[in-house]
Amino acid sequence: MSTTTEGSTRRGKKPVGQRAAEWTDPRLGLYKLAKSNLRKIFPDHWSFMLGEICLYSFIILILTGVYLTLFFHPSMNEVVYHGPYAPLQGVRMSEAYASTLHISFEVRGGLLIRQIHHWAALIFIAAMLVHMMRVFFTGGFRKPREINWLFGWTLLFLGMFTGFTGYSLPDDLLSGTGIRFADGAVLATPVVGSYLSFFLFGGEFPGHDIVARFYSIHILLLPGLMAGLLTAHLILVFYHKHTQFPGAGKTEKNVVGMPLLPIYAAKAGGFFFLVFGVIAAIAATVSINPIWTMGPYRPDQVSTGAQPDWYMGFSEGLIRVMPGWEINAWGHTLVLGVFIPLMIFPVVLAAIAVYPFIEAWVTGDKGEHHILDRPRNRPVRTGLGMAWLSLYFVLLIGGGNDLWATHFHLSLNWITWFVRIGFFVVPVLTFLVTKRICLGLQRRDRDKVLHGRETGIIKRLPHGEYIEVHEPLSQEQRHVLTAHVQPEPIDPGPEVDENGVERKINPVSKVRAKLSRGFYGENGQIAKPTVEEYEEITSGHGHH
Amino acid sequence: MSETGSHNDVPEQNLPSEHGAHGGDVAVPDDPFANPGHPPHEFRRQDIDERAAKHSERVTAGLFGLSMLGTIAFIACFVIFPVDKIVFIFPFGNVSALNFSLGLTLAVALIGIGAGAVHWARTLMSDEEFSDDRHSAGADDALRENVEQQWIQGAKESGFGRRKLIRNTMFGALTLVPLAGVVILRDLGPLPEDKLRHTLWSKGKVLINQNTNKPLRPEDVVVGSLTFAMPEGLEESQEDFQEQIAKAALMIIRIKPEDIKDKRERDWAHQGIVAFSKICTHVGCPISLYEQQTHHVLCPCHQSTFDLADGARVIFGPAGHALPQLRISVNDEGNLVALGDFEEPVGPAFWERG
Amino acid sequence: MKKLSARRRHPLAALVVLLLALAVTGGLYAALAPAPKAQADDSAQSLAIEQGKKLYSVGCASCHGTSGQGSSDGPSLVGVGSAAVDFQVGTGRMPAQQPGAQIPKKKVIYDQAEIDQLAAYIASLGPGPAVPTKDQYSPTGADAGKGGELFRTNCAQCHNFVGKGGALTNGKYAPTLQGVAPKHIYEAMLTGPQSMPSFPDSTMPQDTKADIIAYLKEVDSSTSKNPGGLSLGSIGPVSEGLVAWVFGLGLLLGIATWIAARTTKAKKS
Repeated sequence: MSTTTEGSTRRGKKPVGQRAAEWTDPRLGLYKLAKSNLRKIFPDHWSFMLGEICLYSFIILILTGVYLTLFFHPSMNEVVYHGPYAPLQGVRMSEAYASTLHISFEVRGGLLIRQIHHWAALIFIAAMLVHMMRVFFTGGFRKPREINWLFGWTLLFLGMFTGFTGYSLPDDLLSGTGIRFADGAVLATPVVGSYLSFFLFGGEFPGHDIVARFYSIHILLLPGLMAGLLTAHLILVFYHKHTQFPGAGKTEKNVVGMPLLPIYAAKAGGFFFLVFGVIAAIAATVSINPIWTMGPYRPDQVSTGAQPDWYMGFSEGLIRVMPGWEINAWGHTLVLGVFIPLMIFPVVLAAIAVYPFIEAWVTGDKGEHHILDRPRNRPVRTGLGMAWLSLYFVLLIGGGNDLWATHFHLSLNWITWFVRIGFFVVPVLTFLVTKRICLGLQRRDRDKVLHGRETGIIKRLPHGEYIEVHEPLSQEQRHVLTAHVQPEPIDPGPEVDENGVERKINPVSKVRAKLSRGFYGENGQIAKPTVEEYEEITSGHGHH
Repeated sequence: MSETGSHNDVPEQNLPSEHGAHGGDVAVPDDPFANPGHPPHEFRRQDIDERAAKHSERVTAGLFGLSMLGTIAFIACFVIFPVDKIVFIFPFGNVSALNFSLGLTLAVALIGIGAGAVHWARTLMSDEEFSDDRHSAGADDALRENVEQQWIQGAKESGFGRRKLIRNTMFGALTLVPLAGVVILRDLGPLPEDKLRHTLWSKGKVLINQNTNKPLRPEDVVVGSLTFAMPEGLEESQEDFQEQIAKAALMIIRIKPEDIKDKRERDWAHQGIVAFSKICTHVGCPISLYEQQTHHVLCPCHQSTFDLADGARVIFGPAGHALPQLRISVNDEGNLVALGDFEEPVGPAFWERG
Repeated sequence: MKKLSARRRHPLAALVVLLLALAVTGGLYAALAPAPKAQADDSAQSLAIEQGKKLYSVGCASCHGTSGQGSSDGPSLVGVGSAAVDFQVGTGRMPAQQPGAQIPKKKVIYDQAEIDQLAAYIASLGPGPAVPTKDQYSPTGADAGKGGELFRTNCAQCHNFVGKGGALTNGKYAPTLQGVAPKHIYEAMLTGPQSMPSFPDSTMPQDTKADIIAYLKEVDSSTSKNPGGLSLGSIGPVSEGLVAWVFGLGLLLGIATWIAARTTKAKKS
């Protein structure tokens, strides 16, 4: 560490850290780099640490993943098991499965690292989703951060497939069933499906290649891409400086918080160890993917409760609730029952990826934003985000319909029907309800600014009337509740010009104007109090 | 944390005088909604009370010390517990002593460092807030003009716009060269040809009971029972066992002939013994959740349901067509045999299936 | 042997020894007992059928008909065999309480002697699978590895990898097999109760059934080892995902809140 201590300067020599830095600087430009970054300001908010959870679980995944590669054999050559796990002795299995058993039962600490790796993967993707929704609901994706939003979204997308290729590696009966599904989905691709399947599996399913191929995708291709994107994501966070919530002293032109050195170095550095520690504690106490109970993969065997890991659950839901449509004509088959869900899957994800660009287009917003929105002040966006989440959740239910059935004593078929209908209805209802709630909260904010905070203290006036004492808000609170800009909807111009002749309005701009009215028209937001309103009320008889 | 308990009232004279030129924007007096500017810095107990600071220091050092103990305990557990030692720990069950102890000691070692660092930052490092200015990422007009000028100059010097032949051939070359990368992927796998249409079943092949590895006889199969069969000659140790069983796996049930609603199914059966492909026509899970009272069979993966008494037609779920049926009969030795291959491809549908 | 020596100081060890001793004594007696047994058996058998018939007409006849011929409320019992009775009544499924998608396992209301009498009566109505003997269903000496393969081929599709059960159509379900007596598992395979298909000895011989029972014993999460920790119901990734969200992410969000929260400020007094 490059700390300056009295002891080392005593002999007139610079401390070793300083000397090292000075040696490096002319070669790497260290000082210039550090100048603007060492004391870089980061705002403090719990929700700003969600991305850190993602980053740290990614690092944990790399560390534990490298360890696992030391013992795992990505091979589908078959061996007969003679290891310590009794219920599998004498069973024929692939080397991939046997080496995973070896890691779990014979390598000291191997089971722990396997479990840390798998738990970290589940938490990684969960944290990415929550992080993305935080950015979504607070409008953190707006200019200049749209590209970084796409980087983050791509990381989520790649993360899901890294997870899928990862849990498929042990070649157990559960993950093999997942690969079987992947094969069925690939086969459903029009025109080239069977060719893709044969290329993917190196011949007929399951073949002898898929584990080795998934292995290089899982440990090299996808993590390599993700590491690159992650670096770019972080550089952009540094470059743009972090967003902040409205508050005293916080403007669009500054960022208020504490410096990287020492506060964030300690807090973020410490958080890495905390994330790692929590995951280690979970891995110590809770079993994950106990592949030895599942047996090796055989295409003619299966277990009920065949689900993917949670992040693939919504695609599983899509597949499960889709009606079995199939078109047979001219000697060919179009497998819509599989192909449609296969297409909706990326569309659901892409819908949220492109949202920032749609919002900017609809609202005509071209400005830079560094102060975050309070979700209630953007009811349409918040409503759409909640609708998206509700769709995701409905599909997750669909993905686990058999377990919902057994654990809540329901009929499988009824749950499937609920999801089929809910797919269309629940997001709409969620949107309407969320928007309503946001508008209600805006009204309450308005009341609070104009009339003060309800204290709950009841006072009796001399003439006998009871009133509740309202305490006026502080300047800061008033500022926070009124800091948001309330844009005007886009005006496509009058339908007729000054001579009464009908103007031609481009239908696209008509749609845009209509959507814009949805966002910022009178049903889209509650007018925030004006200074005049405030003064009229406060200059009068005070509260209520 | 404990030091912020009941003792955080500090006599005013102990507080240092206000310092730092905070303030930021000054509120415009006649705007009640204006940004009040950065509030003055407030001090924590640790900033003014050395005793509290000492306490925080001890807690931080204690956490780091705990981490050291955790690592030592980790090493000790690694040495002490054999890898196959199982202990009962409530409520976790009969767990591996090594996994449990290594995980928890590692957690202590890591959480000690993390909590120590965070506690240190929260209580002892200055928590004074600063403000950094933001600068737009975009360039100003002069810079933009400058860069665009450079670009134009570079383009001009290259002759890119003038010498069209060079430009076009270069684009052509760049477009073609990735084809090499595509072509070289060709040997990822063989062409499908008609492999998806054929299974190991052929005329006269005996149905082998998977439980006993012996030929299946009609009298073995009773109404209400469920048996899985594979073609004779297929051995688990065979190189292509997995590929073959993925297509050839059979589900054998017996239905009273009068209960079979589908005529073809009855004709293809042997005395009510029917043989259906075990591979779901949706995406290929081995479907076999046979409900013997209704003759419905459910897929555990995506819940497609087929009626085995009615030509295995789909009655629920995402599958697009019925399960293929294998025509069976009995040979001279009285064993069940196939009368040919499946008449249609088994498993998931694909473009060429037709 | 190593296992045995490790467990001999277990508080229940004395009990086990006692029971073993009793079993051995009983076994020896049975083996060496004098011959007139056969005759006694015959009359005991007819007595049991008589008793069983009485129990039947009180508890079962309203649904299954006065002589087991069946009615709209319950199937015919002619030819189901004593194994089916021992399973249905011995697991409390019969007598059924209320109609529903499936008749669940309940508290057993007859004692084993009464169940045996009922079984004897039903068996007398027509030939069917008999209650298995202990050496048929005992997992001792069976091959759990082979049993695992058989289980995954024949059973796991409904009952899950380790026999935790799963959903069937329209509210029906495959029940859990954990904690179910080996005899009842054997009888279920033999007779195919309710929705379950049967796996008769002709297609699944006795020893393979014992292999399956041995496998189930090895993977029963309440008694077998679970090296990784809590087994979360052994139902696969859904419960794992729930834990990752609730405990994993929940804890980490709590920690993030702590890290970002303002440290308490000193108050002026």
